[in-house]
Amino acid sequence: MLNTNIKHIETEQEVKEVLESNENVMICCGRMGPMCVPVFGVMEDLEQIYQHVTFRDQDFDIPAADFIRNVPECASFMGLPFTVYFKNGKVVAATSSIQNKDQVMAILDREFGKQL
Amino acid sequence: MENVDMENVVIAGSGPAGLTAAIYTARSGLNPLVLEGLVPGGQLIVSPEVEYYPGFPESISGMELMDRFRKQTEQFGARFKMEVIEKVKRVNDTFEVDTGTERIETGTLIIATGAEARRLDIPSESKFYGKGVSGCATCDGAFFRDKEILVVGGGNTAIQDAVFLTRFASKVTIVHRRDYFRAVPAEMEKAKSNPKIEWLIPWVVEEIIGDNTVTGAVLKNRETGETQQIPCSGIFVAIGHDPQSEAFKELVETDKNGFILVEAGSTRTSTPGVFACGDVCDPVYKQAVVAAGHGCMAAMDLEQYIYIQRRK
Repeated sequence: MLNTNIKHIETEQEVKEVLESNENVMICCGRMGPMCVPVFGVMEDLEQIYQHVTFRDQDFDIPAADFIRNVPECASFMGLPFTVYFKNGKVVAATSSIQNKDQVMAILDREFGKQL
Repeated sequence: MENVDMENVVIAGSGPAGLTAAIYTARSGLNPLVLEGLVPGGQLIVSPEVEYYPGFPESISGMELMDRFRKQTEQFGARFKMEVIEKVKRVNDTFEVDTGTERIETGTLIIATGAEARRLDIPSESKFYGKGVSGCATCDGAFFRDKEILVVGGGNTAIQDAVFLTRFASKVTIVHRRDYFRAVPAEMEKAKSNPKIEWLIPWVVEEIIGDNTVTGAVLKNRETGETQQIPCSGIFVAIGHDPQSEAFKELVETDKNGFILVEAGSTRTSTPGVFACGDVCDPVYKQAVVAAGHGCMAAMDLEQYIYIQRRK
């Protein structure tokens, strides 16, 4: 159970719907642990600024998380959270373990364009 | 950049020192604002088990302990923001706190930013971070089920991590650069009696090997200079901490290692109105319970400072 202010994805159907109906999507899949909470916090901060990006999080331990776990770009990941960036439904970037605001912003700017 | 009203108290950091200072200052009606930093709860939340914190005879995980701190702090009305301070400027008798996204004015400041985990400082460490290299056994241990891993370090964290990781790994090798350990005897005994744990001392990690993920490490013996390559799937790094004082170096005096200097027997720094507590100014004890006590001292020193300022 994630305790964040970000919209959660709880089913595979929701993952598909989010990816189909949004051009730029960032999904962070993790737990309420020390490496994940900072990334969720960064997303909460950036959600207001990057209004052209859809931010979602997902509990790593639910069955629907298989979608993110099985993304080929995450095959070598061995650190939570798994954070995946999608453009038009395609993976454009993925990171493993803790990331700070600058690192997340660098990916958002590069893949989706700077904040509006 | 957004400007906000003048705060009474800004507390930088949300570990045991910062949250204890927040509890006391909130209880005194000072309405503190806690800037949590990058990792809310501080370094303690990566500890799988805290056995020495008074009041918890059955032991408690670092995460749960800090969750309780946080709930208690919230009960007294402290406010929280997940911001990291980049710089603080003194303006007459007040302070301008710059977080990069926000500028906050405050009459007083408590620095409780703690310490951050030291890295091995070898190029391959960053390359494999999250792909076999980790600083959090409780977060990532389960990825190493039935695999062989290294734990680097010789303090309590390293030894506790090694014992914890035997729940998952087939073999845990502790790599330590010295021929003695800082971990307390009780922790050492647990590790020594664990058949899954092996020891390599005095060795250091020279290089991490792998393609997409870690497959091994090159180690060097510090006494003989001998090197060896050993296979492993994971490397957990627990080699100590450095004080997080960089943002305050122009504001307060620090020692050569970056620890903020405080007056003996108090938490007053070289700058009136700025107080420091916990691991950011403690090169000796580095314990959660000491940090909490120090946080209480900072709150009381600050209250006295405000009282005197108001009487002027």
